[in-house]
Amino acid sequence: MSDMKTVNIIGAGLAGLSAAITLARAGVSSNLISSQPSERAQSVLAEGGINASLNTMGEHDTTTEHFADTMKGGCFLSSERAVGGLTENAPSIVKELAALGVPFNAQNGRLLLRNFGGQKKKRTAHAKSSTGKMIMSALIDEARKYEAQGLIRRFPNHELICIDVHDNVLANVTVRDNYSRKYLRFTGAAILCTGGLNGFFEGMTTGTTQNTGSAAAIAFCAGAEFANLEFIQYHPTTVSISGKRMLISEAARGEGGRLFIMRNGKPWYFMEEKYPELGNLMPRDVVSREMTAVVSMPECTGSVMLDLTGLSADVWSGKLSDLRAEIMSYMNIDPKLSPIPVSPGIHYFMGGIRVNIRHETSVKNLYAAGEAACQYHGANRLGGNSMLGAIYGGKVAALSALETAAKASIDSVNAKAESSLPKNRTKLCCILSSGLGMIRSEQPLIKAVADLDELLKSGTLNEIDRSRTLLGKAMLLSALARKESRGAHTRSDYPHTSADFQKTTVAGMHNGEVIIRFAAIDESEGSPK
Amino acid sequence: MNYILNILRRRRGDAKSYRQRFLYEPVTEGDTIATALTELNNREVLADTDGTPAEPVEWECSCLQKKCGACAMVINGRPQLACAARLIDFSRQEIMIEPLRKFPVVCDLVVDRSILFENLKTLHLWLSREAELPDRYRELAYQASECIQCGCCLEVCPNFCVNGRFFGMSSVPVTTRLLTEMPVNEAKEIAKLYARHTFAGCGKSLACKDICPKGIDTEKLLVNANAMAVWKRRKGK
Ligand SMILES: Cc1cc2nc3c(=O)[nH]c(=O)nc-3n(C[C@H](O)[C@H](O)[C@H](O)COP(=O)(O)OP(=O)(O)OC[C@H]3O[C@@H](n4cnc5c(N)ncnc54)[C@H](O)[C@@H]3O)c2cc1C
Ligand code: FES
Repeated sequence: MSDMKTVNIIGAGLAGLSAAITLARAGVSSNLISSQPSERAQSVLAEGGINASLNTMGEHDTTTEHFADTMKGGCFLSSERAVGGLTENAPSIVKELAALGVPFNAQNGRLLLRNFGGQKKKRTAHAKSSTGKMIMSALIDEARKYEAQGLIRRFPNHELICIDVHDNVLANVTVRDNYSRKYLRFTGAAILCTGGLNGFFEGMTTGTTQNTGSAAAIAFCAGAEFANLEFIQYHPTTVSISGKRMLISEAARGEGGRLFIMRNGKPWYFMEEKYPELGNLMPRDVVSREMTAVVSMPECTGSVMLDLTGLSADVWSGKLSDLRAEIMSYMNIDPKLSPIPVSPGIHYFMGGIRVNIRHETSVKNLYAAGEAACQYHGANRLGGNSMLGAIYGGKVAALSALETAAKASIDSVNAKAESSLPKNRTKLCCILSSGLGMIRSEQPLIKAVADLDELLKSGTLNEIDRSRTLLGKAMLLSALARKESRGAHTRSDYPHTSADFQKTTVAGMHNGEVIIRFAAIDESEGSPK
Repeated sequence: MNYILNILRRRRGDAKSYRQRFLYEPVTEGDTIATALTELNNREVLADTDGTPAEPVEWECSCLQKKCGACAMVINGRPQLACAARLIDFSRQEIMIEPLRKFPVVCDLVVDRSILFENLKTLHLWLSREAELPDRYRELAYQASECIQCGCCLEVCPNFCVNGRFFGMSSVPVTTRLLTEMPVNEAKEIAKLYARHTFAGCGKSLACKDICPKGIDTEKLLVNANAMAVWKRRKGK
């Protein structure tokens, strides 16, 4: 092993790649570990675009407005300093992506921006409806440059199985090569970029099967605190396909798509009627709740429909051709000709590993970024802010980690880790979804916690399934403790937002028990308090 | 209709191959080979059609919607994505499933495709300067960035073999993207390596033409990459 300073990065989606490239540019090497190659990470699925107030559409957009929309969309649960950093840096990040060759939609060199939910101005840079794939392709190529220089060492097909913490300081991480079944131990600082908690809701999310949530569960049981776990984004326009929910990108509404339901035999454009200013582009939590409400009205029939038949031929050919092909392939409907039935589905986890504005976790030398971390998005993420948060967060985490980075080692070790079992995952998923639907209330949550306690006592869980179940319990207890409705967390028994809860829900493990507390929103640069 | 998945299995790279048949009852019209494999592995006890208990079938997946390339395998003789292979589109009840044959088998349907990524490194495929992307080439750069590195095009290529000198179609999209975004005279290393490892070995059989699960126009990318790297001609569209 060389004498070079090294940081270990787990996860090779946007956040992991951004961290690795940032480190490499600073002359620090990284071990980029991921259960599958970057080409297969969830980030390649991102569709509609990435936000930056580039102000190329003559609307006088500013970073201040991007900041204000993000804070408001997140129902004022995010750190102002963190969101300030994110929105200030967004234009330079998108320009840098363009310089790396991302083929964003553009005209005479001017990047075109589209409307996205919760934002009054056009702010979302896009490459048709495959923005994530286009950005990933460019970042993968950029990372390759540093791989050739030995600054980025890839460990694809390697899965995190253990995080060792002594006296609240990260000691090492152990990973399994899923091809050779051998185990490696990495010392030194680590950044967790392992994506969202999809695997806790198997088959019910728009994301990938690769983001099992096991890495998060391991971090939780190793002592890392988690934040805002109750905030789970239900995206309004998803459809059920075999094995998962398929997203119909917000870009469809950004380009003019309209939601309606049949009421007394006539189409009712309920969003436009109720919210004349933003209409179909209200933040996702609002749209999803309204959809759930109209579907249960006696005068309404059928499901909510997304009408894209009014979109111009130019929009279809230049901006949404890929989305149309996807809808035709998986739904057998041509959206140019007929409206499509849509319903809300789990899409994004605002909660995650608790970090401060430097992306340090509560465990020293352990950092987190991307969807794995809780930062920037508060109670509800705005579309287009997640890729931005992953890229920016990966950078910030890397810059923090390199300050303390030291020589690190990789050793072969004898270890044996069991994999999570399907029957345990299914049970956990059933219990969690019974408590954490779009509309929550005390009794189902208490029942779900009791069911999980029973599962924990049953003696049927192996170590990883036990960790997963404990993190699941933390999600339920967080939802139970937040006795208000805010953003993606709607409690039928506490329908109003309460100033008392403008706080971060913090979940941690103490003496084998899940403990929930509320803390002031962290604006600090030191370990989160 | 119920289906029989006839799977070519091998529990380790150096172990013996064998076939095992499993019965699968579709739940929806949209069920794919990926749905079926997931369901088999979720069974409390997995048994084959003879009732013999079986180990879960190893395979890889991620996006389940044709966007990541993880689930490529050979189905009824054709390399394709399991998550895009709908059962109702198969006319026969018994469906033959095998791992991609060009790559070393890790276990069952999992193959080691790391050579794909190694080859891209050998070809020096990265930008050495800031991208220059005039509007007229954006569509080409977009199409070239769509490749999911699944390996289906290499599976049908008569000239590609792992560790061979010829790197095959999967290196062409990345090359096309980069050459589209850099002046040709500043991409001499890429052009040289492309000529050696891709252009020289390609027999122009175009077996890869209709196989790409993303529908990438491989011929168009190939023509463009050749024009830019070998003939130093202007880029096409
Ligand atoms: C369909 C869809 C559309 C979207 N559209 C948009 C959009 O238009 N705009 C936007 O801003 N956001 C969008 N998002 C959200 C956004 O794509 C993600 O939040 C973001 O890409 C997350 O990036 P990441 O780097 O945090 O994680 P990911 O890209 O999910 O990467 C996670 C990485 O962790 C690895 N990993 C996971 N578990 C383990 C483990 N146990 N051991 C080792 N490695 C592990 C994986 O292999 C992977 O490399 C969309 C999401 C989906 C699902
Ligand atoms: S699982 Fe991603 S392409 Fe099939």
